Amino acid sequence: MSGAQIAIVPNPGPAQQSSLLIDNEHAFAVARFLRDDPTLRLDFCSNVTGVDWLDRVVKKTVKMKKLVDGEEKEVDETTEEKIPGYLEAVYHLYSMTHKHGPVIIRIRTRDRGDGARLPSLTTIWRSAEFQEREIFDLYGVRFDGHPDLRRILMWDEFVDYPMRKDYREPDDYEWEPTPHDEVLEKAKRHYTQRPELDGAEKITAGGDALNR
Amino acid sequence: MSATVQTLEAIERPPVSMGSRLEGELLEVSMGPQHPSTHGVFRMNVALEGEVVRKLKPVFGYLHRNHEKLGENMSYLGSMPYTDRLDYFCSMTNNWAYALSVEKLAGIKVPERAEYLRVILAELTRLQNHASLLGFLLNDMGAWGTPLMYAFREREKILDLFESLSGSRMMCDYMRFGGCRCDTPPGWMERAKQIVDRFPHFIDDLEQLVVGNEVVIGRTQNVGILSPDLAINAGIAGPMLRASGVNYDIRKVDGYGFYPRFKFRIPLGEHGDTYDRLMMRVLEMRESLSILKQAFEQIQPGPIMNPKVKIRAFRPPVGEAYGRIEGPKGELGFYLISDGGPNPDRYRVRPPSFVNLTVLEDLCLGHTVADVMVILGSVDIVMGEVDR
Repeated sequence: MSGAQIAIVPNPGPAQQSSLLIDNEHAFAVARFLRDDPTLRLDFCSNVTGVDWLDRVVKKTVKMKKLVDGEEKEVDETTEEKIPGYLEAVYHLYSMTHKHGPVIIRIRTRDRGDGARLPSLTTIWRSAEFQEREIFDLYGVRFDGHPDLRRILMWDEFVDYPMRKDYREPDDYEWEPTPHDEVLEKAKRHYTQRPELDGAEKITAGGDALNR
Repeated sequence: MSATVQTLEAIERPPVSMGSRLEGELLEVSMGPQHPSTHGVFRMNVALEGEVVRKLKPVFGYLHRNHEKLGENMSYLGSMPYTDRLDYFCSMTNNWAYALSVEKLAGIKVPERAEYLRVILAELTRLQNHASLLGFLLNDMGAWGTPLMYAFREREKILDLFESLSGSRMMCDYMRFGGCRCDTPPGWMERAKQIVDRFPHFIDDLEQLVVGNEVVIGRTQNVGILSPDLAINAGIAGPMLRASGVNYDIRKVDGYGFYPRFKFRIPLGEHGDTYDRLMMRVLEMRESLSILKQAFEQIQPGPIMNPKVKIRAFRPPVGEAYGRIEGPKGELGFYLISDGGPNPDRYRVRPPSFVNLTVLEDLCLGHTVADVMVILGSVDIVMGEVDR
């Protein structure tokens, strides 16, 4: 297990549940260690979740001393750091033997496209079986080594991953029986043109057709 | 919504001879989704050898409405009535689990009376859930209707209590972050006490029907045995876990709410079979009654809401929290990530019945089709929660 990179992800909120970020290559070995180590014995994997993080820009303001007009002044300098988006799987672990927890571990995909792959931890904790399938279904993370990776809640023909933050619902179903506002605009795109009537509408419209 | 029949993967031909005409041949049957004993729209693809189950794959998602996405697009308060619709038998405990997670996320304290009310309502919910589960289970075993109606009679009394408190029988929407929505109406506590005092008669009757009944014993003992190791590894929680003999109750372990103030025992099963799971519910009801009696003695008048909480323009600080409670069906948890805005950045439900279904195949293998129904009944699922 040498070379495993584990970082602590702090939780600024009052819940004080910080988590461990584990690199993908060693995630399986670390997870097995967490389960089997006699002092930890995290044998109960309670919750497995996906989280979607879009590309974001983190602005950091640092006070810098600078020479302005020959005078030394404190100036706020903002640096922008671009963080590319990724998908994340979060595991909440408890110990039934020692009755402690939660220990939270996270593993992150390389990106949100083709690199959205993670090692499956189902062989370590069976409880991840359905929950990893759910992450695959709703977030599109492929779990390598999962025994039965199929869609679980959506139907098999469904294409997109609805829990992603940039998911747009398909525009091909009926929205409302009485559409209005932007729904009406959307619905109009699906209205078929009414066929030309053969003059019969004029009877009701003005009554001219009858008198002629 | 369209759903396709998934063919089961290549199945090894089992060496056992069943002595039937289908000897050596596997028959693929789709049980459900429209089946009275699947407890909702739930389907199982079953490969049968004669009458014996050789493979079983649960199929669900027919009620899926992406509850979690809805939660992300709503304010924290807006999700509260929506949690009622998860496990529509136990809206009070769903409310509590969600309120507990938000309270963890924002660091909110709850006044004493509200905590007692929550315990009372959660235990009443447990009573009515277990009672109706037992009714349904006997229904599945062929005792058509009658035990279920007896159970529903008792359940209805508790639902009347919920209605006079919250305005709705099942969709209560009663709890808030930092307390409860409203105080009890006059005379409510006395009515609750009366119902709790009379409840043991129902349990006695039911126990007489169940415990020594030849049919029940024949149908449930040694059926669907779940080993404690598998139960822990597969994340099974609640009565199903304890029926396998694992002493783990979140009310004791986490000690959330005011549960450390009450004296109660945790019943444990010995064999982990369907009979144990069934009896677990009977015994848990008795413990719930004892908690309720203690709560009625200890509860004092007082405020029921933390006045510092602004529930309407609610913005918790940046961070994340996972809160869980011991629901009647198992561990019900909510995982919330806040980015400081009015909506949660991530809203996740850890549904107990969804995770408990993981081992359904392991329980059913080697049993007959008729046993599958009983085993499924003893797992105690609600599709509103499984599919979300």
